[in-house]
Amino acid sequence: MLWVPIVVPLLLMLVAASVPSSVAATARFRPLLVPLGGLIHLGVVTLMIVRGEGAPGQSAGQGGSSAGWDSSWGWGWLALDDLSRLVLPLFSVVFFACSLYVPVYLRLRQERSNRVFSAALLGFLAMGTLIVETHHLGLMWVALEACALATAPLLFFNENARSLEATWKYLLLGAVGIALALLGTLFLAYSALYAGIESTLVLDDVLREAPRLSRPWLHGAFILLFIGYGTKMGLAPMHTWKPDAYGESPGVVGALLAGGMTACVFLALLRFFQICAAANELAFARQIFVAGGLFSVGVGAAFMVRQGDYKRMLAYSSVEHMGLLVLGVGVGGVAVLGALLHLLNNGLAKAAMFMAAGNIHRAYGAKTVDRVSGALDRVPVSATLFLAGFFALTGTPPFGTFVSEFTILRGAMAAGHVGIAAVLMGLLLLAFVAMGSTVLKVVHGPATASTEEDGARGGGGVRFRDSLATVGPAIALLLGVCFLGLVVPTQLNAALLAAARMIEGGRP
Amino acid sequence: MKSSFVEALLVVIFFLNLFVLGTSRLRSTITASAAQGVVAGFLTVLLHTNHLGRALVVAGGTIAIKGALIPTLLHRALLSTKTRREVEPYVGFSASLLLGAVATGAAILFAERLPLAIEHQGMLLVPASMATILTGFIVLTTRRKAITQVVGYLVLENGVFLMALLLHDALPSLVEVGVLLDLLVAIFVLAIVIHHVQRDFSSDGADVAEFHRLRE
Repeated sequence: MLWVPIVVPLLLMLVAASVPSSVAATARFRPLLVPLGGLIHLGVVTLMIVRGEGAPGQSAGQGGSSAGWDSSWGWGWLALDDLSRLVLPLFSVVFFACSLYVPVYLRLRQERSNRVFSAALLGFLAMGTLIVETHHLGLMWVALEACALATAPLLFFNENARSLEATWKYLLLGAVGIALALLGTLFLAYSALYAGIESTLVLDDVLREAPRLSRPWLHGAFILLFIGYGTKMGLAPMHTWKPDAYGESPGVVGALLAGGMTACVFLALLRFFQICAAANELAFARQIFVAGGLFSVGVGAAFMVRQGDYKRMLAYSSVEHMGLLVLGVGVGGVAVLGALLHLLNNGLAKAAMFMAAGNIHRAYGAKTVDRVSGALDRVPVSATLFLAGFFALTGTPPFGTFVSEFTILRGAMAAGHVGIAAVLMGLLLLAFVAMGSTVLKVVHGPATASTEEDGARGGGGVRFRDSLATVGPAIALLLGVCFLGLVVPTQLNAALLAAARMIEGGRP
Repeated sequence: MKSSFVEALLVVIFFLNLFVLGTSRLRSTITASAAQGVVAGFLTVLLHTNHLGRALVVAGGTIAIKGALIPTLLHRALLSTKTRREVEPYVGFSASLLLGAVATGAAILFAERLPLAIEHQGMLLVPASMATILTGFIVLTTRRKAITQVVGYLVLENGVFLMALLLHDALPSLVEVGVLLDLLVAIFVLAIVIHHVQRDFSSDGADVAEFHRLRE
């Protein structure tokens, strides 16, 4: 079953790419393939989670013997372990919510062909799923690069000079990052070769042999992988593509990248943390995660101050939250649980927030506070969501982010990192104030007239209004964050504990 | 006999690194990076005689993609722009040549100190890989034209590819082919972007120095 959520979107992608645009009817219905793919994906993933399918060693039907993994046909490398069991549903939910928004969005933008956009979204879904499911570190690299390439046409959807610049930076910086990650992956394989073990990149084999890996090569590999995948995740100081990419792409693409893709890349990074933990190098890996995480939180918070562009502001908020995730895992103990819970909360809240921001952008045709104010009058529901999303992203109760950020702080205190906890608290407060000043300017005040900047308005001068399809998915996602703040269901709690054990204990 | 041939090919890699750094003609840099890819493809066969069938597949794919498809894409992207030369790089050509020479020396010195497996000790492959990676970084950071930056990325990728030659067992051919395909698609997308840069930024050739709309 593991291959279904990869193959089905790929097939739908081929359909979307091959349906002719010349026929009006097929061009109109093509965007509906995206929610169809999202629905099938969500259904299959739910089924797999409920039935507990795809645990490592079971898929090959050989009871966990490593011989089953050796098939050069890649399906043997797919598995759902405790960690992917957490990330895959998040990815699926975020994608499904965004996919409901896509047809409406494309109907507003009929001046652009929807072929590449729809196909690229489905390719993104397939490759993102492959990142999460694969247990081969080389294949994971291939999937990650393919996933990033699939998003390039999404960023470039507006086809103007600004989105061109953003796409260029995204591609080139991402390519350099991913090249370093490949080098790191090779170093990891060499660390086995040097130690006289048969070199392998199958995660389960690497974890089993981890204590015997050559230390210098393992350290080098981990640093390169942290930089490489950190670039893709948007950790400071490799985050510079992020404000451009999130700022210039359609809101729903920002939602997918910030809510879905970052989670997949974080999972990739955690795989190598896991390997370090299994190699008894936990202290080394933690040191890097704590330093990198804290720096990202700081940079994210600092750049949010007086940020006049509310989409760029969200991008810096994403940098901040990626830092928080990495920091939480680096601190260890209960903070790992907090980081994993925060991964879910942040993914859902970011996706909702980007969709709300996209609606406001659409209504005003501008995304800077000097031209957008009084959104509560113009698009009341979207503006309310934007405000609520702001509270969710800054960790205000009753949203789940409060619980997860609090858990990370508690973990830092418990681990004796009082200084880190104090700095973190200060930075979170700074982020709250900085973000608040921008958000309030957008939401309150007299409503400004819309401008025609970038041709970003709906086709034919149609005035954008809130509708069920444009605000529904965001409302559902925010309610989800709210729910996670009120109760953490026992099953989820067990899943979080299992995943945290896996990260720190190393062994699957 | 065979190993001296391998060493000779690796010297060609070093030479091509310096050539990319020293020349201003964009066509030549594209060709040089392609030639490097072809040499790397031949090295795959020479170094992996025990998995000959697989090595042939990977080498064939490498030579076809790095030696033919990618340069074709880039030459076509170049035709859509008006420039033929790199102008006013952030670091001059002789200075970057010097940097390249220093990087090559540093790579050789550093590789000697690396804990390498016995069969890889004293081999030129590791220093060649590192020098190529560093060269890629130098080109990426010091050049202004979009095409030259892509060439820099290709050189960087060639360096990583050389490192992968140490590890033929760990990387199954599925992954190696996947890496190559990803590279091809990446260059394809970048070539499209270059085409648009030319159209939207009214410059005399896609120049990333004109990217300044997105600043704080």
